[in-house]
Amino acid sequence: MSALKEEEIFLKKIEEETKIEPKDWMPEAYRKTNIRQISQHAHSEIVGTLPEGNWIGRAPSLKRKLILLAKIQDEAGHGLYLYSACETLGITREETINDLHSGKAKYASIFNYPTLTWADIGAIGWLVDGAAIMNQVMLTRTSYGPYARAMVKICKEESFHQRQGFESLLVLSKGTTEQQQMCQDAINRWWWPALMMFGPKDSESTNSDQSMKWKIKRKSNDELRQNFVDMIAEQIKFLGMKLPDDKLKWNNKKKQYDWGEINWEEFWNVIKGNGPCNFERVAARKKAWENGEWVRQAAVAHSNKSKTK
Amino acid sequence: MKQFINKFYYGDIPESNSGNSIISTESKTDWPLWEVFLRSKQGLDHKHTGSLHAANAQMAIENARDVYTRRMEGVSIWVVESKNIHASNPDESESLYDPSNDKIYRHASFYQLPDELKHM
Ligand SMILES: [Fe+2]
Ligand SMILES: [Fe+2]
Repeated sequence: MSALKEEEIFLKKIEEETKIEPKDWMPEAYRKTNIRQISQHAHSEIVGTLPEGNWIGRAPSLKRKLILLAKIQDEAGHGLYLYSACETLGITREETINDLHSGKAKYASIFNYPTLTWADIGAIGWLVDGAAIMNQVMLTRTSYGPYARAMVKICKEESFHQRQGFESLLVLSKGTTEQQQMCQDAINRWWWPALMMFGPKDSESTNSDQSMKWKIKRKSNDELRQNFVDMIAEQIKFLGMKLPDDKLKWNNKKKQYDWGEINWEEFWNVIKGNGPCNFERVAARKKAWENGEWVRQAAVAHSNKSKTK
Repeated sequence: MKQFINKFYYGDIPESNSGNSIISTESKTDWPLWEVFLRSKQGLDHKHTGSLHAANAQMAIENARDVYTRRMEGVSIWVVESKNIHASNPDESESLYDPSNDKIYRHASFYQLPDELKHM
């Protein structure tokens, strides 16, 4: 079949909402974009466990430790679903992981912010997982089959993450003055970085939006971000807390909230690797990989030995 | 600060924005890839659910339990090394499946029977 015909078939599938599967013909740029997006998404799941992992030992009760452990285990699982989806595009697991370690591949910059108090763990569940869910629900309809299926699995598990975070903040919001302050402080620090998770403004785009045409992405950054603001602005009322934005106000005409402006300079800085924890996060991943080398080797030696028996 | 950039999304940051580069060490131990099939409950077929890396079958089953059945998604696990799976070629799907298209008499709905005849 000629390449032209192949491309026609591919575009027709996209048009008709037929999923693209690993062995189907696809344009090289479609493959590359998916590899980049899925692997960076996978890295985000894994790196995201680092700030939370710091709090397993310090969680205030056995119940909270168990919940946090279960959430972190889920996130590691999400990373694996996504690494597997990525491999179907013809890149090895090792290459993918090496790209993270070398700094070539990125992960959600939100995880380059530190977790200073216990309330941060609640705020992460509510705001960071909340923002991730908005993206992920949309991605269950993405055009690449394995990615969409991984997203369906992930979305089933995510709502527990957001609910446990909100519930943990709810407890703090009804606690002592100190606990209430801790809760508000965490919200103050996580709100803007959570909004940055949706990426740059739609108007900052100079290229034609190929991801949208190929239905890899199905809603624009600004659209998702606005949905998120509208959702959180309502939910926060139950906490009796405030979002750190003087301009936040319900707009009855537009039937949505008006709100302030993201500090884009900070956004680009963190992406470029100058966030508070960029170095620490990648260093932690590399250390885990290097320290695990002997385990990987031992497992191979063991399985080779049992084969020859 | 105005920047011209390629549009990007959550989980898709273009490489041009990559920052520092660190050289990483390479591992020489590649664990093979396994496909995981789960029986969600007794009496149902095993269904493909995902894949993972493991050094051998036993480890693949243990990892599959941790990765794919954290919420009782399965009562039985099959693992098959991915290289042992043979698949039909998607390019041939037309010639492979087309012949059954014109055999509508293979479907029960092909046969017109009197309405009074119930339960058939
Ligand atoms: Fe996740
Ligand atoms: Fe999550």
